[in-house]
Parts: sequence; C-alpha cells; structure tokens
Amino acid sequence: MGTKTLDGLAGRLLEVLGHGAVITDPVRLRTYECDGLTHHRATPGVVVLPETAEQIAAVVRLCNDHGVPFVARGAGTGLSGGALPRTDGVLIVTSKMRRILSIDLADRRAVVEPGVTNLAITEAVRDQGYYYAPDPSSQQVCSIGGNVAENSGGAHCLKYGFTVNHVLALEVVTPDGDIVELSDADPGYDLLGAFVGSEGTLGIATKVTVRLTRAPETVTTLLAAFDGIERGGQAVSAIIGGGILPAAIEMMDALAIEAAEAAVACAYPEGAGAVLIVELDGPAAEVAHQFGEVTRICRESGAFELRVAADPVERAAIWKGRKSAFAAVGRISPAYIVQDGVVPRTALPEVLASIDRLSREYGIRVANVFHAGDGNLHPLVLFDDAEPGAGERAALVSGRILDLCVEHGGSITGEHGVGVDKSRYMTKMFSDDDLDTMQLVRCAFDPRGLSNPGKVFPTPRLCGEVPGVRKGVHPLVESGQAEQF
Amino acid sequence: MDALHGTGAAPLTDALRETGVTVRRAGPGDAVAGVLPRWVALPGTTEEVAALTRLSAEHDLAVVPVGGGTKLHWGPPPERCDLLLDTCGLNQVLEHASGDLVVRVQAGVTTDSLAETLAARGQELSLDVPLAGATVGGVLATATAGPRRFRYGTARDLLIGVTVVLADGTVARSGGRVVKNVAGYDLGKLFTGSYGTLGVITEAAFRLHPIPGDRRWITVRMPAPGPPDGDGRPGPLPGVDALALELAASQAEPSAIELDWPDLRDAPTVAALVEGSAAGDRAQAVRALMGEYGTARVADRPPGWWGTLPGDEPLLELRVRPARVGDALRTVAAHGPPARVRGSVASGILQIALPPDVEGSAFAGFVSSVRDGLGPLGGGLTVLAAPYGLARRVDRWGPVSALPLMRRVKERFDPGRRMSPGRSVGGI
Ligand SMILES: Cc1cc2nc3c(=O)[nH]c(=O)nc-3n(C[C@H](O)[C@H](O)[C@H](O)COP(=O)(O)OP(=O)(O)OC[C@H]3O[C@@H](n4cnc5c(N)ncnc54)[C@H](O)[C@@H]3O)c2cc1C
Ligand SMILES: Cc1cc2nc3c(=O)[nH]c(=O)nc-3n(C[C@H](O)[C@H](O)[C@H](O)COP(=O)(O)OP(=O)(O)OC[C@H]3O[C@@H](n4cnc5c(N)ncnc54)[C@H](O)[C@@H]3O)c2cc1C
Repeated sequence: MGTKTLDGLAGRLLEVLGHGAVITDPVRLRTYECDGLTHHRATPGVVVLPETAEQIAAVVRLCNDHGVPFVARGAGTGLSGGALPRTDGVLIVTSKMRRILSIDLADRRAVVEPGVTNLAITEAVRDQGYYYAPDPSSQQVCSIGGNVAENSGGAHCLKYGFTVNHVLALEVVTPDGDIVELSDADPGYDLLGAFVGSEGTLGIATKVTVRLTRAPETVTTLLAAFDGIERGGQAVSAIIGGGILPAAIEMMDALAIEAAEAAVACAYPEGAGAVLIVELDGPAAEVAHQFGEVTRICRESGAFELRVAADPVERAAIWKGRKSAFAAVGRISPAYIVQDGVVPRTALPEVLASIDRLSREYGIRVANVFHAGDGNLHPLVLFDDAEPGAGERAALVSGRILDLCVEHGGSITGEHGVGVDKSRYMTKMFSDDDLDTMQLVRCAFDPRGLSNPGKVFPTPRLCGEVPGVRKGVHPLVESGQAEQF
Repeated sequence: MDALHGTGAAPLTDALRETGVTVRRAGPGDAVAGVLPRWVALPGTTEEVAALTRLSAEHDLAVVPVGGGTKLHWGPPPERCDLLLDTCGLNQVLEHASGDLVVRVQAGVTTDSLAETLAARGQELSLDVPLAGATVGGVLATATAGPRRFRYGTARDLLIGVTVVLADGTVARSGGRVVKNVAGYDLGKLFTGSYGTLGVITEAAFRLHPIPGDRRWITVRMPAPGPPDGDGRPGPLPGVDALALELAASQAEPSAIELDWPDLRDAPTVAALVEGSAAGDRAQAVRALMGEYGTARVADRPPGWWGTLPGDEPLLELRVRPARVGDALRTVAAHGPPARVRGSVASGILQIALPPDVEGSAFAGFVSSVRDGLGPLGGGLTVLAAPYGLARRVDRWGPVSALPLMRRVKERFDPGRRMSPGRSVGGI
C-alpha cells in the first residue's frame, strides 16, 4: 500500500474522528509499534483512538474504501504479537472506550466497552459480592476486548473456564463495517463462540456483555512443598483423580522458585524442589471436606511442608512468588523466552523430563511455572543475549518444547494465542484441510482479508480461491502482503 | 445392498455401493419432517462419511444427518433430501482419558451409553442425559442442554475438539483433546446449533467432571396466582422470578434451578439441585430459602418432570434475562392458549408446550403477541417443533441480528446448499 493511499485515508479519518483521535506523527506512532512481544516491531501507518462503535465502523468502512488493512489494539499486553501493527495500515486502539455501561446483579451480567480492563469489572462489583471470573495475570492492564480476541484464561480457568465461557453477547464491527450483535441467546450458528479467540481477524468487538460470578462463600489456599516436580505431579493427579476440582492448581520448579525468591523474597519452604499451590473455593461445608482430602493427598505424595492461608493477606503471600515468577527470571537471566504450550495432564511428568533433557543438551536453562491442573506449561527459556548463539539455541529449545506438546496430543498455545509469533507452528497441529476450513470462516466474515491480516494463519488464501489447489506463488506473497513459511 | 437394485438410478446406485458403506433404500419411517429421502446410509467412520459426502457433491444429492432421530422433527423440513446419513454406526467411545478428564467419541454415541461408560470410572459429561437415544452429534447440532446448564454451561462449553465432514467431503478438525487450547478458530462452537446445515459432526472431544459425591433435589410448590381481573388478565403471579434469583445468588451454589408450571392458572413448582460431598448440608440452606414461598422438601431423587421437555408439539423456547422471567411469564399467561411451561428459570430459558390441537390462528396470535411482549424485555421466542401447518404461519426463529453473517458462513461451507438445506435460522 503506498503512502499516498494512507495520506488520503488519514485526511478522511480526521473528518470522521477529529484531531485528537488520529495520530500520524512518526514519533508518537512509535508508541504503538509492538505489543508485549517486543521483538516483533512495525510502526503503524496511522493510529486512531475512536470513542464509539459508530466511529470504529466508519474507520473500518474507510479502510475498505481504500483497501487498507486494519488492526485492533487493546492494552497491547498480548504475548504473541497479535496487535502488531501494519506499516501500510490503520491501528484502531480502544483505550478511550473505557466505560462500564451497565451492571445488572440480578441478571449477573455487565455490559462494558472493549477498552475496560479485566480487573475494573471485578472492582465495580466486588463490594456487592460478585466478580468477573477469568483472571489473566495481566488483568490490571489488559482490556476485555483483548481478552475476547485471545480467549484469555488465568489461574482459575481450571474450574471456571475461559473468556468464552463468560461472554454472553458481543457487539461487533464486522470487517466490512457493519455493526452486528452476536448473542448466546440467538438461535443458529454459535458465531459468538467462533468470534471469541479469533485474535482480531473476524472484526472488532465494540461492546462486551460478560457474566458476573457470585463470590464464593469460602476460599482456602494451600502451599505444599515437595523435593521435586515428580512428587508434586503425583499429588496433582491424585487430587483430580479423587474427584476434587480446585479453583486453581499451580506448580513451580526449583529454578522458578529461585527466581521468585531473588525477586520478591516470597519465603517459600527452604529446600523445595517444587511447590504446588492449590486453591479451593465454594460453599464452606464443601471446601472443608475437600481441604481435608487435599492435605491428606499432599502428605501421602511426599509433601514435606504444608502452609495454609487463613486470610486474604496470607493468601496473597502464597500467590506472590507464583505471580512474580515471569518477571522474576529477569533477576537470574539477562534474557528469556516465555513459552506457552499445553499437554494432557497425565503427560506432564514425561514432558517435563524431556524438557529437562533438552535443557541439558543445548546448555539452556529452563524454569518451569505452570497451570498443572490443565497441563498448560509456561516454560521460561533462559539465555544470555551477550553470548553468541545463545539466543538461537534458546529459540530452538523453545520451539522443540512446542513439538513435544504437539507430539503428546497437546496444543501450541493455551492462552497467549497464535498471533504472528506462532502462525508458522499451526501446520504442526493442523492439516491443510483443517486450516482451509478455518479460512472459510475467515472468508465469510472478512472476504477482503483486511482485518488483522498475517496473524494466526501461516498461508492466508484469497477468498475466491478454491481450497486445496495451490499453483505457483501466492498472490498475497507475490505482492508482499503475506509471508509463506 | 441388494435393496438398491432395480431403482432406475443405476449409476448412482453403483457409485453408492462403491463407497463400501452400507446403504439401503429409504422407507416411510425415514422421512425427515415429512420429506422422504431416497437412500439411508450407515457409515461407521469419518472416512466413510467423507466418501458419502464427496459422492453426494458429485451427484448433487442433498444430505441430512440423523442421530437418534429424537429431534429430527425440530426445525423446518429440509428443502430436499436424497441421502439420510444415519450416524448410529458411528458409535465408538474412542478414548476415555480418565486421568485427563477427557473423552473422545464418535458422534453417534448415545448420551446414555456414554454416561454408562464414564460412570464406570466415576466421571460424567455434565450435560443432563437427555431422552434415551439422543446422540452426542444431535445434542451438539441442536445446541440443547438440560437443567445443569446453570452450573456447567451447555454442550459448547464442554466441547474441546471436533471432527467434521463438509459438504464436499473435506475432513476438518479443530480443538483437540486438551482442555486449554486457543490455537485457531473454534469450529466446534460454529457447528453447535447448526442443525446439520454446515456439515456432519463425526467426532467430538469433551472435558469431563468427576461425578459429585452426593446429590439432593429441593422442591417447593408455590402458591397459585391470584384470580384474573375483570378483563380476564391473569392475577398476580407468585414470585417465581424472585425465588429463582435468590437461589442463583445463594452461597449454597445450586447446579440447577428449574421451574415446572403445567397450568399457568395453578400453582408452579420450583426445584433446585445441589451437588457435592456436602450436598446434604447445602440442601438445608436451599430449603430454608424456599421455605419463604411454600413447603419445601429435600429428596435424593429428581422430581419426575426434571430434565424433560413439557411436551412434544407445538414446542417453543423462550429466552429472556433472568430478572425478566416474571414479566415474560405474565406475557405468556396473558396470551392463552393454555401453556405448559418448564425450564431453567435462573438462566431465563424456558420451554413452552401448547395443546396439540391448538388452532392455527391462536398459535400465530400467541407467537406474535408473546414476541411483542418480550421485545421490550429483550427476550426472544423460537418455535422448536410444530406441525408444518402451524409452523408455516409464523417466523420460526424471530429476529436474529447476525443472520446475514450466518448466511455468509453457510454459503462458504455449503455453496451448493446440499447439507440439510432450509433447516436452520432464516431458511439457511
Ligand atoms: C505479564 C503478562 C501476563 C499475562 N498473563 C496472561 C494470562 O495469565 N492469561 C492470558 O490468557 N494471557 C496473559 N497475558 C497475555 C495478554 O495479557 C492477554 O492476551 C490479553 O487478553 C491481551 O489483552 P490486550 O488488551 O492487551 O490486547 P492486545 O495485546 O492489545 O491485543 C491482543 C489481540 O487482541 C486483538 N484485539 C484487541 N482488542 C480487540 C477488540 N476490541 N476486538 C477485536 N480484537 C481485539 C488484537 O488485534 C490482538 O490480536 C499476559 C501478558 C503479560 C504481559
Ligand atoms: C432445554 C432443553 C432441554 C432438553 N432436555 C432434554 C431431555 O432432558 N431429554 C431429551 O431427550 N431431550 C432433551 N432435549 C433435546 C435433546 O437435546 C435432543 O434430544 C437431542 O439433542 C437430539 O439428539 P438426536 O441424536 O436424537 O438428534 P436427531 O433428532 O437425530 O437430530 C437432531 C438434529 O441434529 C442434526 N444432527 C444429528 N446428528 C448430527 C451430526 N452428527 N452432525 C450434524 N448434524 C447432526 C439433524 O440433522 C437434526 O437437524 C432438550 C432440549 C432442550 C432445548
């Protein structure tokens, strides 16, 4: 796309949005050149800061008129480069759309604008005994629109599910600029379910109706220390196998504990080769019963120390180490890659052993922090970026870990999404037919391929193309609009 | 196979035979909402389904999938139907990874047989086991759910992976067999509620739950409504909605809150289910709440009507925000004919059965006036099943904001309109 097109477009955008809401100044544009995954960078062609759905629809229609791609951006905390802008396109930032439009406790729902942060929803209803259940660790800053696009989860999604299980309706600006309501109350195809997790490729969410959850009567948090990952893993299996569904089960290995201690002095039990955090919530009578079972199981699996949080302060102390782990590895390593993959829970011991082997083989340390209850690994692959070749080896180890996940019937991403970062891995998980079928959905929503192009799918196809038949160089590749891996 | 000879469609018959799949001529019992197919095929694998749909594409045959056939009369009749694709042979539980709380099944597995398999290892798919014979594929395709939707969500919430066969024979998978997975589009969700119009679901993977240690049902029969006013409008209804909201907010955490109201002039019954090892204690808390409204009883079995539909035909589904259920019920009561209402009151999803002999004009009047009444409440009314003579007098689905997008999805997946044509919203 030539700069000329963008210049013409910028003029029209100013007419629609007014001066304060259109950024073309090269210095200011650079604020938006990446999301949480900072090694993918691109300066956006134009940035707009709309305040209403109608404005977003107008922007999208203008993009259509000019054949210009657009990308939505919430808070920019994404870890897969999903909000990476296009230099030849418009970045639509929702940060000015931060109103909570209505709260209805009787109906247990709230309607919010897409730029509202995840935590703000809970804060608005906490005093009345409610909360918004999905809790990504970035919840203080990440936007609900970004959560919808990524189908975000958090430590508590073992019991409570993901964003998709808590969104009741969406107002969406479709890629050709229509405003449409997708609701779980509508008969027909579950387009709401298809939109959630589509990473901004099917349109822009402009209003989100979320389910509010009643705060549980009791919450009990337990920390168990083991000599190693293996015994901790046994405890996890026994808890789940025993019919208990905790609100969260998180595990950290020795290296992750070391990092957390260095950063926040969380004072986890000395000599622990692994710690397990188990949180139980629900009716008091139920939790009391489960607590007895969980402590028994932990002891029998070899826990040498158990700590129980009696109040919110102690609970926060237990969670502190876990929550700081990602940032904390910065203390013990100059650089690191946060990986995100999933394996069936029962494959955890085998996969962790393989990761350990990989780590030795390549001389790259890997700290393991993970959502043990659902097999979602977040290996932190540590390296020294001053050491020649270390970055490449770390990337290799990181990629091999995803291979392990796929080999064991798992997934290349459990919560961070595919974005630009993992689109090339999609073919490891899905066949051409699977991906072509997903393209049918894309083409139904976005026949011109203008909504966040180049994300999620390794080889975007033009919508008129017959799937399965590929000859010569893809037109998108040839025109420089797409890369083929 | 011999049954196929002498049909006058020899090349097609031969071609069907060459797929290697058991195929027979259709008989009167195979009609789909009154439309008689030509053949019935009984594939046993995804590949066989693909071979059949590929062949159907070559010969422009219209295909309708069928599971248990319990709800085949739901939705409008297909515009045409050549091949009935009976999934009863797709009846294998492929993998029960009990340590992972995951099961992978073929779509023709019945929910009751699945429940039996899972129970052997103390687990369950937390959808209510519907009428005997309903299949996993049918439950997904109709997007139906029973009472426990309140706690566990519906089939789409528990579905983690799916294999589908498209109209042209393409086999596609999405999701997988891990609970957490955000790679790619969720085709499983797209296919829930598709009524066979996007393709055939051949396999599904679900997340499971441990069977709760104990269960209690707490039931209260509430007072009858007051007498009608001078104009024949119903008197004040008992506080069904208020009770439902109190229960929904209760720390006793019921898994289901159901209403049964066989005659809107008489007393309704509300029942709640609590599940868990401390169900006994929690049931007492629920009973205390219900005690404000009538005499509440605790039992360790569900009431007889629990999890069943209030009738067969005509059957409608009303959806409204939970706090508006009272207003919605008043609208239903005000617009006779006599209705039986049952459903998930705390979720705002209620089924309404009308008398089988209801007059066409009364039926149409009911649908339009209840929709008018629901409009300001933000609710909707769908005709799930009705004899053709009645259904053609009304718009079965009512307004659907995303219909144009749904049409575009249908066009991409099934450009030849051969998969259950006409059976879903807006005649998709
Ligand atoms: C420290 C840290 C911890 C994290 N922890 C978690 C975690 O526990 N669980 C988890 O799931 N994720 C986690 N993340 C990742 C990230 O926070 C989530 O993916 C979050 O949902 C992104 O929200 P955002 O507003 O920042 O979106 P952005 O990064 O701005 O955008 C993400 C994607 O959403 C699209 N998008 C944004 N807004 C809209 C909209 N309104 N409509 C359509 N598409 C839109 C963008 O185009 C992009 O593809 C973490 C990130 C960090 C930095
Ligand atoms: C609120 C509610 C509660 C319910 N509770 C109960 C209950 O307690 N008991 C009960 O029996 N029923 C209940 N139902 C209905 C129940 O869910 C249906 O019986 C079931 O979904 C139909 O299954 P089936 O195998 O008989 O499908 P069929 O009747 O064979 O088919 C139904 C539809 O699904 C399509 N279809 C079937 N299989 C496939 C496939 N593999 N791929 C694509 N499309 C397919 C068919 O073409 C048809 O359009 C309830 C419904 C509602 C709305």
